[in-house]
Amino acid sequence: MELVLKINDLRIEFDTFEGTSQVLDGIDLTLERGDTMGLVGETGCGKSITAKAILRLLPIPPARIVSGEILFQGEDILKKSEEEMKRVRGKRIAMVFQDPMTFLNPLFTIEEQLVDVILAHQRGNGSGNEKRGMSRKDAVKKAVQLLGEVKIPQPELRIKSYPHEFSGGMRQRVLIAMALSRSPQILIADEPTTALDVTIQAQILWLMNDLVQRYGHSVLLISHDLGVVAKVCKRIAVMYAGNIVEDCSTAQLFRRPLHPYTQGLLSSILTFSKREGEAQGIKGIIPDLIRPPPGCRFHPRCLRAMEVCKEKKPAMIEFEQGHWVSCHLYHR
Amino acid sequence: MPDQLLDVRNLKKHFPLKKGFLAAHHGSVRAVDGVSFSIRAGGSFGLVGESGSGKTTVARIILRLVEPTGGEILWEGRDICKFSDSEMKERRRNMQMIFQDPHSSLNPRKTVFKSVAEPLVIHEGLSGKKLRKRVEELMEIVGLKREHMFRYPHELSGGQKQRVGIARALSLQPRLLILDEPTSALDVSVQAQMLNFLESLQKKMSLTYLFISHNLAVIRYTCDMVAVMYLGKIIEMGKTETVFSSPKHPYTKALVLAIPRPQAEQPEKMIYLEGDIPSATNIPPGCRFHTRCQAKIGKICEEDEPTTRYFSDGSQVDCHLYRERRTG
Amino acid sequence: MNTRNPMNPGTVKNSAWTRWKLERESQIRSLRLTVYTLSRSPLSVIGFALVAIFLVIALIGPLIITHPEDIKGAVHMDQKLRPPCSSHPFGTDEVGGDIYSRVIMGTRLSLQIGLIIIFVAMGIGVPLGIIAGYVGGWVNEIIMRVTDIFLSVPGLLLALAIVGALGPGIKNAMLALSIVWWPGYVRLVQGKTLSLREESFVEAAKSIGASRFRIIFNHILPNCTSPIIVKASMDMGMAILFAANLGFIGVGAQPPVPEWGAMISVGRNYLPDRWWMATFPGMAILITVLGFNLLGDGLRDVLDPQSRG
Repeated sequence: MELVLKINDLRIEFDTFEGTSQVLDGIDLTLERGDTMGLVGETGCGKSITAKAILRLLPIPPARIVSGEILFQGEDILKKSEEEMKRVRGKRIAMVFQDPMTFLNPLFTIEEQLVDVILAHQRGNGSGNEKRGMSRKDAVKKAVQLLGEVKIPQPELRIKSYPHEFSGGMRQRVLIAMALSRSPQILIADEPTTALDVTIQAQILWLMNDLVQRYGHSVLLISHDLGVVAKVCKRIAVMYAGNIVEDCSTAQLFRRPLHPYTQGLLSSILTFSKREGEAQGIKGIIPDLIRPPPGCRFHPRCLRAMEVCKEKKPAMIEFEQGHWVSCHLYHR
Repeated sequence: MPDQLLDVRNLKKHFPLKKGFLAAHHGSVRAVDGVSFSIRAGGSFGLVGESGSGKTTVARIILRLVEPTGGEILWEGRDICKFSDSEMKERRRNMQMIFQDPHSSLNPRKTVFKSVAEPLVIHEGLSGKKLRKRVEELMEIVGLKREHMFRYPHELSGGQKQRVGIARALSLQPRLLILDEPTSALDVSVQAQMLNFLESLQKKMSLTYLFISHNLAVIRYTCDMVAVMYLGKIIEMGKTETVFSSPKHPYTKALVLAIPRPQAEQPEKMIYLEGDIPSATNIPPGCRFHTRCQAKIGKICEEDEPTTRYFSDGSQVDCHLYRERRTG
Repeated sequence: MNTRNPMNPGTVKNSAWTRWKLERESQIRSLRLTVYTLSRSPLSVIGFALVAIFLVIALIGPLIITHPEDIKGAVHMDQKLRPPCSSHPFGTDEVGGDIYSRVIMGTRLSLQIGLIIIFVAMGIGVPLGIIAGYVGGWVNEIIMRVTDIFLSVPGLLLALAIVGALGPGIKNAMLALSIVWWPGYVRLVQGKTLSLREESFVEAAKSIGASRFRIIFNHILPNCTSPIIVKASMDMGMAILFAANLGFIGVGAQPPVPEWGAMISVGRNYLPDRWWMATFPGMAILITVLGFNLLGDGLRDVLDPQSRG
């Protein structure tokens, strides 16, 4: 299987007034072509930072990439120049964020914004032997077609609207259309449905699945909601305090969660089934990343912590086929 | 009914839409369009709905933070909509609200102590040692350390801020607590703790809860009765178990199925609602859900508003699928 | 749930002190953060330093001047129009007065002028702004339209007109400038109040039964202080400048008061030969206004970043 994205031992630090926060503590991630992977975790786990790092959107300073590499189709993103990144961002790796309104200019119609994006793609292509560029008319046609793909009703009419005339769900569809207009290899979606109503969220998640089946791009879906991720992703990576603690298929995660944090997370979730007893939380609070706990960062809250957990950070091992976990409990 | 603590009858709130230079009336936003329900003392009542359902407005009307356009709110039998300002101030001691966003429901310039103490200062005129003692007791009840008293909100976590809000609400020993999305701003692992805490608090202090949420899982976990709202009306109501395990209204069915399940196997038969939630300025005629309904019968849904059908188990639904058939 | 942490009720002697320390801890922490952030911008540091120098000189003025009698306009015709030298570092003016001493005392005067103008303007503008913003309706309309009328006239012209009607003199100049300045505060505070009104914590205050009065003074006003401080620090410099303008034109402070603007007004006639008479007061104005502007900018970035640009 072709490896589209491979992150090796990425470490990132953030300079703050109180000190240096170690937000990413050496994470490894692989994404194959056509993979749908979910990055799950709570506040401060580093999932959004990972996404931004992939697109080189982190402000440097105060952020600092200490070590590691992000290989996109074999090339290290961290070594690219800003010029080269401009050709990657939005074209080969596209991103959809939580709040669509911050990405849509309220002063321009959807048509103008979509056409802008489509034509920009043609311009900077650099291969030279393509036709000079689409005409504006063709770009508008393509824009209408895209809106149809994301199931916006009467796209040829709605395309003339302004962003504020669209509902939240529709705006998110427009953003997805924009992201896919350039046929990217990877679509990164950071909490794309968190701000949407439940019934609208269901529509958008269905749409994302549908698009993956038709276009075959890889998806990295970031969310705090395991339910959302379970609907779209075949693989899930669980993050805690800057580390990936478990990385496996969706089925494996729910059938047999290995890491105590994952287990705690699953038992905290209020499943929408008849209530049986109490949902447990996870005792304690998220650690301070400026002075993180030594060894395994979860050990202060872990009910099964051992001596070695306080001293050594556990390595990621493959417990069963395709099921990786970073925990001393599973070390031979 | 004697043991109903709160009885809401045909509550309406219409916001006038002003257009034009002279602000002429141009229709209205029917945010709450005839809502009736009652909560028994000691119970946990859930109000569920998506955007535009009107559930948050209902909560604010009960506290008279917003004035209703019509209807009655009976508290222990007396209509509080008719109360004067001073009578209302007295009533406020009985019902308090926990607000949705813990990050903005506390005055950033006030220490935790000042925020929690404020109701006591206003209503009981306490100060000095007596005041401190009461605040310390409240801090203990909600599980906050004493040194947190002198912190400012921005130094606390979301869960801690929420607890401060709860301490403030409890200071006057209310009988009804309205909780507006109390856990939506919290992390998953903290949510369960908060809800368990709210439950034990309810038992300890004999509180009655009105839970407002769009999160059905939270409601199912905590409430014994639930009302589902859509565009300003309650379309289904009953015991939580009944409503969620065998929903009657097509909207409730879709809502239940739409919840993303954190499990490997997803429900086979999904109902995907077409289109968006209509705006409250332009409520569809007839049954307001008909524009998205998969079980639409026909013209009757487009023209007639369904009347409420009551069932023997105490539930009710507003849908033509369940209309009483008249014979003869 | 968190474990209990009972403070020992028995030890009365240190519990009051510990309590005070605890209460101030948060404020000390945010003060440190403010200082840290401020110190990151070199321009803000410069501004702060200049303002600090200004304040120090204003305070210790009488202690460092060499010719106290010259402040009131003592005449030493034998010393007149001397260039800067060892006994008169800034030279002497047309009646032999020591310019150094006069500039130093001018600092104190400028501080007084600035403070009075700003405080009177705030005293009028802030309450009006909050009431307009919170009460809304026609009260808001009336207050804001009156404010608009005042704001539509360029400040200096308005001040001139008022002083023209009242007669020249430093007191009238200060009055006139206060009248010019208060509308700015109304605008600022009204805007801030409008946005604060919608905040959850104001709703929460209503729900616990707080009166309108209490909400305005206890909840809204304290949250307005940041933009007010920023505006006041920038206004100080401008107020001093405007007062100097009026003094320069001749309708503000009258000689022999050692006000910088008045001094330049006189010194102008002796340019370019006796350059020191106008230059030193002029530089004093420049440095003071620059300092307050830089400090104000820096404070704005720290306290009220949303109001940039």
